Order: sequence, then structure tokens, then C-alpha cells
Amino acid sequence: MTELHDASGSSPRYTPLRARHEALGASFTDFGGWQMPVRYTSDLAEHHAVREAAGVFDISHMAEFTVRGADAAAYLDHALAGRLSAMTIGKAKYSLLLAEDGGIIDDVIVYRLQDDDFLIISNAGNRDAVREALSARTEGLTVTVDDVSDDYALIAVQGPAAEQILTEVAGIDEVSVPWAEQKYYSWASAAYNGKPLLLARTGYTGEDGFELLVASADAEALWDAVLTAGESRGLVPAGLAARDTLRLEAGMPLYGHELSREIKPAQAGLGRVVVADKERFVGKDAVTPAEGARVLVGLTAEGRRAGRAGYAVVDADGLVIGEITSGALSPTLGHPIAMAFVDPSSTEEGTAVFLDVRGTRIPATVTALPFYRRKK
Amino acid sequence: MTDLTTLKYSEEHEWVAADGQTATIGITDFAADALGDIVFVELPAVGTELTRGDVFGEAESTKSVSELYAPVAGTVTEINQAVVDDPALLNASPFEDAWLIKVAIADGALDGLLDRDSYIAITKG
Repeated sequence: MTELHDASGSSPRYTPLRARHEALGASFTDFGGWQMPVRYTSDLAEHHAVREAAGVFDISHMAEFTVRGADAAAYLDHALAGRLSAMTIGKAKYSLLLAEDGGIIDDVIVYRLQDDDFLIISNAGNRDAVREALSARTEGLTVTVDDVSDDYALIAVQGPAAEQILTEVAGIDEVSVPWAEQKYYSWASAAYNGKPLLLARTGYTGEDGFELLVASADAEALWDAVLTAGESRGLVPAGLAARDTLRLEAGMPLYGHELSREIKPAQAGLGRVVVADKERFVGKDAVTPAEGARVLVGLTAEGRRAGRAGYAVVDADGLVIGEITSGALSPTLGHPIAMAFVDPSSTEEGTAVFLDVRGTRIPATVTALPFYRRKK
Repeated sequence: MTDLTTLKYSEEHEWVAADGQTATIGITDFAADALGDIVFVELPAVGTELTRGDVFGEAESTKSVSELYAPVAGTVTEINQAVVDDPALLNASPFEDAWLIKVAIADGALDGLLDRDSYIAITKG
């Protein structure tokens, strides 16, 4: 047996929670140069736990940047595709860092901490590229960008029981906004054992949940406290395998799959993230995709055999009309799902196509994203 | 419980149990664990002629796809429909309930396969 699809890397890095993962019996995988838990026991059990109760994920590999100074808001309007200056303190916003040619350097979440103080969370694998781009765009502005990734751990608690569990975590207090009043895509400040803790109601699973930013030195204690509080409510530690199937069901893009330097935002369905009427921002002049450029769609199929990243999408005549970027047998829905870039002529919902699964043609249907939407 | 030291192994993580001219083939617990939760298995038709090293099927987990390589040459005489119907058997019982195929083999078909100790050494590589 040989792995057809597996990641590999060199000089791996570990998060502050490495010893915890090892003690829990995690299997590790390379992700963006980091050795991360891919699963603790079962991908499927971890996936279902997040949908039905809660899961806790170590996402400390992700990168954090602070953006501070009198011109911070104006700087972000220039450096990123969205209008971050319009965001009020306490809110978070999904945005894109574009290259001059309109390609995507990374997708990020921006949190407005104060009028002139923002936090950006970006993908681990793009940390260097993001730092370089952010630093290169400060010219002439009173703003300082710092890469603070090594100072912090990030722990995601996701699932319908997440809020209840977090209210019961020993050591978390001084919560600035009552739990139930914390809105999706907002943040609150708190203390964990007297030290600063940022509670962001964001996530990458399609469920309600929080991402907890804590000093690296306090990560193990907070991880333990979350597990202790969550145990009786069905919370389990969950790895990257479950995270990937959860985000895929939720129709959320993964950099390197649905997003890249070669993809323009509108192709990936992220046109709404770009505020094109802004006077100027990096990438503005080239942000419109070329005529005929492929567009991201959802695909569903029957049976149990999934299309995978890189497999061709073909029409009834066998002509290649697109390529899958992510695909799996959906644990929640029980049938194969995929995201794929396809020719503009094949993007309409209900269009019948075929997945070329290693030589076998499997019928599939173009479907609106997301595949899964949680009940409010 | 199968005595794992009586099995032969391939470097591609298949196991072989020989009984006269019949070899039963499966994948090891190491392979099943590495794949994660297995959700799809494809096996060949009975009567398929296999040469050593041929791809005889596939196992898919939520995360990845692996091809299954014939550790011995021979003719497929039986497939395990239970594991096709319930691929999770491969995670639960790789050496017993989740055998994959039975193959009619000729003398010497097992030559060159690994014993338990040699195989374990590879997985610790």
C-alpha cells in the first residue's frame, strides 16, 4: 500500500501544545511546515463530535500580526481588499491580502481591538509572505506591523456546546461581553488566570464556536481546562483531518486548494470581500478575472467514492471542464462532496458533470455552497 | 486472535496468510491507522489474475486514497464483501474480519516476503 496523497516537509515546527497531543496519542502530519495533530482517535468521531457537541483544536500554527498606529485603519484599507476602517471596535472581518496582480496572497481575519489597534490572523504556511506584503505596504503611513505569532497559542473550541463549555472553564473570568451576547465575528476580552485572553467568536467548522488567543506559556493550562470542562458535554480533542472535512462541508476555502496566487477573489466566490469602489488598494487594477476564467462551485455525487484535489471534472463527452480543489466523502451528509473550479458554462446549479476518479467516471451535480449549514 | 508471527508481510503493508495453495490477503493495522477512518474499499472481481505488485484495489479514508498492491501472484478466488459493505472493518479488525481477498497461489509465491520482525522494523523506519 502506498499513500497517493500525503504531505511532507522538512525541519518541522511544533506548537506549545506538542506534549499534550503526544500524551493524547495523536498522529501528526505536516501542515505548512508544522507538525500538527491529524487525529487523536478517529477522524469521523472527531468530526461528528464537533457537529453534535464540541471539539477543541490546536491551531497555534496560525500566524498573528498586530497593526498599530494613527493610520492603522487607513493602512488596512490600502493593504487589504476590504474596508476595514468601517469596522467598529469589537468586530472581526474576513478579508483578503492581494498581490498587485490581483492574485490572493492569503485570506485573513482582522479584529479591531481599538481605534488604532488591529489584530490579523493568517494561515501558517503564508506567514512569511503575509509579513513581507504587510511590511511593504506601510510606506508614508504612521503604522507599525509586528509578527507576534511566536508569542501566542490559538485554541479553537467549536460546536453547539462550545459556549456552554467555555462558561464553565475554570480560570476564565473578567469576560468583557456576556457570553450569550457575543456575536458571530466579534471578539471579547477576558482573563485566564489573571493574564490577557482574547475570545473571538470565529471558526472554520461551520459551527458556532470560539477561537482563544492566549500567551504561549499559558496554552497547556488552558487546553487542559477546556478538556476538563468539556468532557461531560461530549467535547473531544479534534485534529486537522476533522477540521478539513468540517470546513469543506461548510464550503469554506482552504489556501493552496481554493485560494492561491493564481486565483482572483471573484473566481473563488469572494467578490463580496473586495470593496471595489475603494479609491485604491493593492491589487485593485487587476482584481477582475479574465473573460472565461474558471469559477468555484460545489459538486455532490452519489455512492461513497470521493473526488479528490487534482482530479478532473469532465462533461458528457469526456472533455475536461474543470478540476477539483478539495473533496471527501462528507461525514455529515454521507455522500461525496467537492469544491472545483469549472468553466463558466458549467457553473449553474443542477448542471450534470462527471468526476474522473482515477479513470472511472462518476456522475456529479453542481450544487450551491455550503453543503452544510448549521441550524440557528 | 491471529498469531501475527505466522503471517508474511509486504513492504507496502499487506499481510498474507498462506494455507496450502490459498493465500488470504489484507492490510496491516499500521496501514489502517495511517489511513485514518476508511470509508471506501474497492476489490477486484473473482477470477482476476494478479502478478506480484499489481494494483488489486483501493482503500479510501476521509483524508486520503491508497492503492492496494498484490503481495503475491495468483488468481483471485474470493473477495470479502463484508469489508466492501462496511469499510470501517479495516480499522476495527484488519487481521481478521477485514481480510480482503483470497488468492490461489503456486509454490514459491511467498518467497521474498517479510516475517513479522522484519516488517515491524520497516514501520519503525
